[in-house]
Amino acid sequence: MGLAQRRAAMEMNMDENLRRELSQHGIVTLSLESLCNWGYNWGRRNSLWPLGFGLACCAIEMIAASMARFDLSRFGAEVFRPSPRQADLMIVAGTVTKKMAPQVVRLYNQMPEPKYVIAMGACAISGGPFKQGYNVLKGIDRYIPVDVHIPGCPPCPEALIHALMTLQQKIAGQTLTGPDRPRHLDPAAPSEFAVPAYGAHDLEPAFHPQVWHPPVLPREEPL
Amino acid sequence: MGVVVNADLGRQIQWKQQIMGTDNSSYFFLALFLGVAVLFPLIPIGLAWAWARLVSPPKPGPQKNAIYECGLESRGDAWVQVRPNYYVYGILFLVFDVEAVFLLPFAAAFLGLPFGASGAALVFMLLLAEGLVWAWRKGVLQWK
Repeated sequence: MGLAQRRAAMEMNMDENLRRELSQHGIVTLSLESLCNWGYNWGRRNSLWPLGFGLACCAIEMIAASMARFDLSRFGAEVFRPSPRQADLMIVAGTVTKKMAPQVVRLYNQMPEPKYVIAMGACAISGGPFKQGYNVLKGIDRYIPVDVHIPGCPPCPEALIHALMTLQQKIAGQTLTGPDRPRHLDPAAPSEFAVPAYGAHDLEPAFHPQVWHPPVLPREEPL
Repeated sequence: MGVVVNADLGRQIQWKQQIMGTDNSSYFFLALFLGVAVLFPLIPIGLAWAWARLVSPPKPGPQKNAIYECGLESRGDAWVQVRPNYYVYGILFLVFDVEAVFLLPFAAAFLGLPFGASGAALVFMLLLAEGLVWAWRKGVLQWK
């Protein structure tokens, strides 16, 4: 019996009215699956190991967040790993140049599932002050799925801590089955994203359509 | 109290006789222990395997399985031969750096050392002196 069937059977056994009535009398009912979800997510969200790499000045704020004053280890995320094989979280801290973008995508591909991405700073989410530069990628979310974006130039360590807590909330809301499941439990989700290559004028492809689409400007009147 | 213990002992003996039988098949216990010894590690490994299959299905790919880990693609062969001439630098490093570190504390504590300790230190220095003589005769100390 699959998990989804078991969940459906459980929901048939105890309907929402009975659950509410019991909770009014101080009786908490739990399904086995929600307990499994909670334990699984509790373990994952409190041991996010970031990949130790910084691309620009945002990395200095990331380092400050991991040091004693801001103490990222309160959230279990201080273990910066030098190898993508051991990392759960990629903090894209800084300007992603078009020369660096293939390496970032390849590192993301080499991280084991489940993996999450925080795009830190204006450069990582949009190109920032260097957006007009010919060599600057206009946001890493064109190539890899970003979970949390932090604006700022650079964001202060508190902003990174807030992003981490936001990511923890996101992980806590995920389930083992159903539409809220994480990427790695979805067989349809790709395990790797194609590494962009240097073309004649730009990186090819310019973006991955499964994670990003160019914004469409809605016009009321046709030009 | 004593009665209870005796009754318990009697039950144990009875149980033992039931398991072992009347004849001398005491090797049955070895088979039992062997089975338990095999099952005891296999059950947690199986549980871990089932849990990993359930919540962490593997998603391999050509890049995830690639060998290099710094974001760049690896080039060339990993089976690179290292020049054996490095041993000359190793010997000279031991003679002039590592031995020099030990010389000063050895000289400072020489009068207070027991016979065995000073003998061990002397053996250490004689070994390195032999290396120095060897390197000298080989001519690697010449500045060219």
